[in-house]
Amino acid sequence: MIKFFLMVNKQGQTRLSKYYEHVDINKRTLLETEVVKSCLSRSNEQCSFIEYKDFKLIYRQYAALFIVVGVNDTENEMAIYEFIHNFVEVLDEYFSRVSELDVSFFNTVFHGTWQAHSSPYQIMFNLDKVHIILDEMVLNGCIVETNRARILAPLLILDKMSES
Amino acid sequence: MSDIVEKTLTALPGLFLQNQPGGGPAAAKASFSSRLGSLVRGITALTSKHEEEKLIQQELSSLKATVSAPTTTLKMMKECMVRLIYCEMLGYDASFGYIHAIKLAQQGNLLEKRVGYLAVSLFLHESHELLLLLVNTVVKDLQSTNLVEVCMALTVVSQIFPREMIPAVLPLIEDKLQHSKEIIRRKAVLALYKFHLIAPNQVQHIHIKFRKALCDRDVGVMAASLHIYLRMIKENSSGYKDLTGSFVTILKQVVGGKLPVDFNYHSVPAPWLQIQLLRILGLLGKDDQRTSELMYDVLDESLRRAELNHNVTYAILFECVHTVYSIYPKSELLEKAAKCIGKFVLSPKINLKYLGLKALTYVIQQDPTLALQHQMTIIECLDHPDPIIKRETLELLYRITNAQNVTVIVQKMLEYLHQSKEEYVIVNLVGKIAELAEKYAPDNAWFIQTMNAVFSVGGDVMHPDIPNNFLRLLAEGFDDETEDQQLRLYAVQSYLTLLDMENVLYPQRFLQVMSWVDASLSFLDGFVAEGLSQGAAPYKPHHQRQEEKLSQEKVLNFEPYGLSFSSSGFTGRQSPAGISLGSDISGNSAETGLKETNSLKLEGIKKLWGKEGYLPKKESKTGDESGALPIPQESIMENVDQAITKKDQSQVLTQSKEEKEKQLLASSLFVGLGSESTVNLLGKADTVSHKFRRKSKVKEAKSGETTSTHNMTCSSFSSLSNVAYEDDYYLNTLHDRGDKELKTFSLNSELLDSESLTELPLVEKFSNCSLSTPSLFADNSMEIFHPPQSTAASISFAKESSLASSFLEETTEYIHSNAMEICNNETISVSSYKIWKDDCLLMVWSVTNKSGLELKSANLEIFPAENFKVTEQPGCCLPVTEAESTRSFQYSVQIEKPFTEEILSGFISYHMMDTHSAQLEFSVNLSLLDFIRPLKISSEDFGKLWLSFANDVKQNVKMSESQAALPSALKTLQQKLRLHIIEIIGNEGLLACQLLPSIPCLLHCRVYADVLALWFRSSCSTLPDYLLYQCQKVMEGS
Repeated sequence: MIKFFLMVNKQGQTRLSKYYEHVDINKRTLLETEVVKSCLSRSNEQCSFIEYKDFKLIYRQYAALFIVVGVNDTENEMAIYEFIHNFVEVLDEYFSRVSELDVSFFNTVFHGTWQAHSSPYQIMFNLDKVHIILDEMVLNGCIVETNRARILAPLLILDKMSES
Repeated sequence: MSDIVEKTLTALPGLFLQNQPGGGPAAAKASFSSRLGSLVRGITALTSKHEEEKLIQQELSSLKATVSAPTTTLKMMKECMVRLIYCEMLGYDASFGYIHAIKLAQQGNLLEKRVGYLAVSLFLHESHELLLLLVNTVVKDLQSTNLVEVCMALTVVSQIFPREMIPAVLPLIEDKLQHSKEIIRRKAVLALYKFHLIAPNQVQHIHIKFRKALCDRDVGVMAASLHIYLRMIKENSSGYKDLTGSFVTILKQVVGGKLPVDFNYHSVPAPWLQIQLLRILGLLGKDDQRTSELMYDVLDESLRRAELNHNVTYAILFECVHTVYSIYPKSELLEKAAKCIGKFVLSPKINLKYLGLKALTYVIQQDPTLALQHQMTIIECLDHPDPIIKRETLELLYRITNAQNVTVIVQKMLEYLHQSKEEYVIVNLVGKIAELAEKYAPDNAWFIQTMNAVFSVGGDVMHPDIPNNFLRLLAEGFDDETEDQQLRLYAVQSYLTLLDMENVLYPQRFLQVMSWVDASLSFLDGFVAEGLSQGAAPYKPHHQRQEEKLSQEKVLNFEPYGLSFSSSGFTGRQSPAGISLGSDISGNSAETGLKETNSLKLEGIKKLWGKEGYLPKKESKTGDESGALPIPQESIMENVDQAITKKDQSQVLTQSKEEKEKQLLASSLFVGLGSESTVNLLGKADTVSHKFRRKSKVKEAKSGETTSTHNMTCSSFSSLSNVAYEDDYYLNTLHDRGDKELKTFSLNSELLDSESLTELPLVEKFSNCSLSTPSLFADNSMEIFHPPQSTAASISFAKESSLASSFLEETTEYIHSNAMEICNNETISVSSYKIWKDDCLLMVWSVTNKSGLELKSANLEIFPAENFKVTEQPGCCLPVTEAESTRSFQYSVQIEKPFTEEILSGFISYHMMDTHSAQLEFSVNLSLLDFIRPLKISSEDFGKLWLSFANDVKQNVKMSESQAALPSALKTLQQKLRLHIIEIIGNEGLLACQLLPSIPCLLHCRVYADVLALWFRSSCSTLPDYLLYQCQKVMEGS
């Protein structure tokens, strides 16, 4: 089961956080600080799974942005690791569709040339959209949808209806 | 209540709903969206937490004003919500906005509504009271004709919904299961999943509908229902076995690429769906052969198909391996899965290596030989620069720990422990070390020193059970008083050494343990005497009061010196004997004591001894040993261990040397895993432990002789497996031969003496001949089961043969001892024999009337025994015993509590014709062996059981010349101890027996030269020790 989903930048600032089990608001900041610290302490040669307290952290780094998922021990680490990437691909598809300006943000991520400060803004300015996407993919700590078209369908309809 | 508030809210539309006319909105809109941008930018640019706080507080107060301003449009409100979400995300309280989030969900349009719902789901938790205000909105939206609104409502319901309001929406959601749009059906299923999570009994009635969802024509809807099924099957798999076929079919379709292409992820068909299905199958097939058989094909296909070299296929493979090893085993699949694990662990990709270790950790519990296959990888991972890999490796080793490798593994764990700073890691690891130490401690010194390390590192964070268990162990001791004394003595000595070290702080818990251990002091007498003899001041306990108090309480007093220990952490010098010993051993005597322990260091946690430390085997111990510390052994051990760990220190070693050492380490880590293939690899550590044991325990065995035939480690794995294969072949031929021998047997009972390996019960068929002409076997069993107990036994039984024929019919089916007179007088003679029935011990007492007079109402009574349940067998009490005739009484005896030797006694009372009544007392010795029966299991089951048993005892026994070959030695054990021979593979043998009613004990034998290495394991702690003792007796005796 997924316990939380985090997007954090290298400076340790939270870009997005979603908890699937209630955590007190003041404890969240502490947890996030520690999570970032443990991710930052890892090198490329080390594995992307960290044991943290009684759960596991699975993280992926995209330029200056870390996506970290906390899971309990029933999860398949690699499945989550790839799920993170699936999520990033969905974001990429969505933002390249809706925003002419930022088309290349996520594409460049994959080629390693992502500018450290550009894409997090894209996410931040659309914090609500990113959440809506995530809500389509994860509910109650379960991965409920991974089909890109189906994930984006409700949001695209909303966007379309709001425009008109 | 929610209704009222919600109505109130809607009654104030002017406040929230009115669109601002004029140029206002556009301007506001622009400024609003950029305000989030500037906030984000501003925060990102800040470097101090203090500045951030200032900026956010400003933001919050401005937001507070905006959300409650009547001019705020819904559009603006939506922007405000996103900013509030952002502030809360950074850890600042934005609770003033919660109510506005609910209002936005209620009144907003499309995206605004969605953001309102989103904010609610982020702000509120399940039991938040404001959540009730959302219910009406949800109900309304569920009934909306706008599908987008229905979707939103369903999403929020599946995220957060007040349990008590479920009935208000349940019918609406059930309706949606029939909706024409797949997305609505899917979300309805997910909403029901949520209800199942928070209130399972409220959705019980719709289980049928879940099945419909499972069979939905849309993949998404079906996949959504799997979440419910996974959960329900986890709780009760038996209720869903009938669905196995459906899950298998679905998985087949997915694996076979039958899904629409857009479900693919990097050309892999719906990987997460596959994983979900594999999990479900794993749960369904667990311990269920029939169900498992349904899924073998699809699992095989999954393993085969997942060949694309992408991370996500490895995720599927991992799950597949897990499932294959969870369900009822199929060797072909296991083999393929094992090969898969090889792909993982040997991968250069670190993430896959991790996954491989994790898979290995899981599967070695079923098949320990896999650890052997990958031992070199495991060794490498143990020294991996990534601490996470290291820790996962330790987790793996923890699962394969046994009495032989415990020292090496615990040493590795301690090394890791000393580098760890994270409390969770420390608590976890310390708990495991303490567990292993208690289970497998090879000797006192090692145990105490390991526990010392546990206490000093684990200190005040560890689980309180650890010190409690430790103290109980010390307090209660084992069967052997001398051993206990030594343990306590050693503990005290080690504490003195520790406390004597300067500038060292110990955790309070540890100091408490030390002080408790010393509180009773009686075991220090030796020291004191020695001190006195060397001119120390006399021993004057000044804490007599406390001592008395302690002895009265008789319970674990954890804080005997509560006051003195209220301050935490003493330096060694400040808490000298005065406190820790609680007595005033004078400086002199204390130092004398210390001198002896000076050579002991905390790091010396590598020492070995043997589980026989707890053996009730006093005869092999001499008096002078009992008081001495096992220091000599340690130095031997240290050498060996240095050799093993040398690679840590010397990086300059050549590659080959490093390799060698790795292999050396491997041999000490993987000792005792698997059976055949370990033979060569075991070499080193085996020798080590035996050396130690020999010295301390088995006096007659000479050191050195064990090692001679050991091959030193590391022949290649392939050649090993060849060996194993050949042995299999050999075994088969052996079996064939065995069968033939059986046939001959039934024809000629004289073959009983032959070297055959037949089962004991087969002998029973010849019970007739074994009675009239006592066979070799019967004689032997008499010796073992019936130590001569009465000289009266020499009085021969007049009617032995007639007695034999009067045995109750059923008794002839079982093996029994010869009848033996146990008491007599001028009138009667009482003899008894034992019948070792499959399920109990049957005691038969035969009362023979010698007097020629009629005996009336002869009665036999057994005194109640603490360890047995004795039940009279009906139908054996004849009212009248005629002259010169015999009467039998049968009692079945069952074990209540394990014991070693017990006496069962009772009396016979009878009336003579002249009403004169008399009584005659008797007693019979029972040994635990009377309750040992062969356990017929397969080698495979043996392997499984072997791993699951914690109690482990190992010992070498010298074989006499007559039984120098393994088969004959095992035959002896089979006949005399009723061990069942499962298999003989080369120079190894597997045997099993059980203590009635059903406590299994396994024996692994290996022969080299004239030494037989016996290795027992059982779920019962006393059984291995007892059987070892019996085996030794048998081997020595014959």
